Amino acid sequence: MSTPVQTEQHGLTEHSHGGWATVPVQTRSERFASTSHDDFPEVTGREAIWKYAPVDKLRELIDGELDGSPYAILYPEAAGTDVEWIDRTHELVGSAGTPEDRAAANAWTSFEKALHIRLDGEAETLTVTRTALGTTARAAHTVISAAKGSTGLVVLDSQGVAKLTENLEIVLEDDANITVVSVQEWDDTALHLASQFARIGHGATLTHIVVSLGGEVVRVNPSAHLAGEGADAELYGVYFADAGQHLEQQVYVHHEAAHTRSRVTYKGALNGEGAHTVWIGDVLIGRDATGTDTYEQNRNLVLSDGTRADSIPNLEIETGDIEGAGHASATGRFDDEQLFYLQARGIPEDEARRLVVLGFLSEIVQKIGEPALEARLHEALEAELAGTR
Amino acid sequence: MSTLEIKDLKVSIETDQGTKHILKGVDLTINEGEIHAVMGPNGSGKSTLAYTIAGHPRYNVEGGSITFDGQDVLAMSVDERARAGLFLAMQYPVEIPGVTVTNFLRTAKTAIDGEEPSIRHWGGTVKEAMGKLRMDPSFAARNVNEGFSGGEKKRHEILQLELLKPKFAILDETDSGLDVDALKIVSEGVNRAHQETGLGVLLITHYTRILRYITPDFVHVFVDGKVAEEGGPELAERLEDEGYDRYLVAQA
Repeated sequence: MSTPVQTEQHGLTEHSHGGWATVPVQTRSERFASTSHDDFPEVTGREAIWKYAPVDKLRELIDGELDGSPYAILYPEAAGTDVEWIDRTHELVGSAGTPEDRAAANAWTSFEKALHIRLDGEAETLTVTRTALGTTARAAHTVISAAKGSTGLVVLDSQGVAKLTENLEIVLEDDANITVVSVQEWDDTALHLASQFARIGHGATLTHIVVSLGGEVVRVNPSAHLAGEGADAELYGVYFADAGQHLEQQVYVHHEAAHTRSRVTYKGALNGEGAHTVWIGDVLIGRDATGTDTYEQNRNLVLSDGTRADSIPNLEIETGDIEGAGHASATGRFDDEQLFYLQARGIPEDEARRLVVLGFLSEIVQKIGEPALEARLHEALEAELAGTR
Repeated sequence: MSTLEIKDLKVSIETDQGTKHILKGVDLTINEGEIHAVMGPNGSGKSTLAYTIAGHPRYNVEGGSITFDGQDVLAMSVDERARAGLFLAMQYPVEIPGVTVTNFLRTAKTAIDGEEPSIRHWGGTVKEAMGKLRMDPSFAARNVNEGFSGGEKKRHEILQLELLKPKFAILDETDSGLDVDALKIVSEGVNRAHQETGLGVLLITHYTRILRYITPDFVHVFVDGKVAEEGGPELAERLEDEGYDRYLVAQA
């Protein structure tokens, strides 16, 4: 059942099941992890974690010297939030995860100060924007911590030119309920590798949303560790790859504690020669994670020839005593029946296409719950689509 | 007076087993305000006729013509046909994720009329039409056909029929999967559109049940891609008693 399934753009392929009698192909929990660059072997491009990425474009981020100094950020004050630079030795650093690839370890080895965003009580929405990272290869480290019982929404908004490898840690204390939105609306030339680790405590809920629209190569790998009983993770992603663009996400959900729940939904569109998207969804249900309820899915909409969508769900189960586990992946051309339905109501073909694609993608945008950002992303998606015609 | 005229229509589809000829020369003329029932056993080509009139790309027209007030319907795109005044209520309406009913209806109305409906009146018009079809107002905010029950999908089709005000409507097995209450509600909607706008109706059905609520002026029996018999409402009654067996025997 955890046979990797790879679907490409040729026709519609469906893959779906809901059972859990499985023999793992590879044990995700045993993947090597270290904060030190030199602990990882040289990257050949054949590794599971690198085989879909354009490694040659990323050598500088994987092995090069990185500028790890603090950079300019913009944020309006928001009640219940604190933003400050903290030292590498701060107790929060390393509390949510450890790099599993050489580029992430390179970032960890190189950063000088970490950006700490703290949420307490009923925090107001906080948007932290970075627009001026520049062309020098950089390392960054960010920690978002949500105090016990706190609520809030943090938007990490990335724009402009960048060559960046970074780690983000998200720590949810018991009963916290927060949303983290990572928006990659970089300049067309940007290279960006990110590992985002979340550790979710007892009764806490994380909603995590990745929006990747701009950049030449953008890889955001979120992982959620459901560490406390009753922890909940909803992981969403939306991406739109144009000609020559590589957008990748390797999602990992680790059900560690009992009665934990996860939902993963990533949706993407591809348009233009060389547009490439990658989604790998690993779910591990640990042996203590009885009563787990998990479902993950990836849907890709192919809008032109010359694109490639890799979509690989993996489910690995160490206990049979669970509520449910399922996954689905579908990559397909435009649904002609949807087009026919709309056209049969008088809507011209180009307008019908626009409606269907925007509808397909905005299902994720609607999850954000921040009207101004939703409106901006909706416009950005419209622009992506307009560029395609 | 508007007329939809189908002459010697021959239609095939491509299947894994090769080309399959489905319609083998259909003649049918519907005038404004008339209600025609097309009945027949499964596989006789009823739905093929419906989808061919609407312009579904799967169906290849190999001969014959469809004209609408003298205009060549077969030369029109799917959306042009709809804007000319043809409407197909589908047997299996398609889900469109992320597109709300409100947005869809406004977009369709704008496309059909060539201008945006009046902001002041449109909301009320939709609400009233939904009320008549006993649709909960919360439907407006839901995505098109997503999670709708079979009955809800059919009501949503008739809602569009009433709001878009076409000249001719083809109802493709609108009665299938409806309980008696839903069948009555949907039939009332069709009758309202018929009375208010002089709609011409091509009612495609396997069963005579819906004809108790919508009275046809003409009944056409389809067998093996052709009209095997035509008559008035009394023909439907006869079919109710005898079924389609005698046509199938004759064919054999």
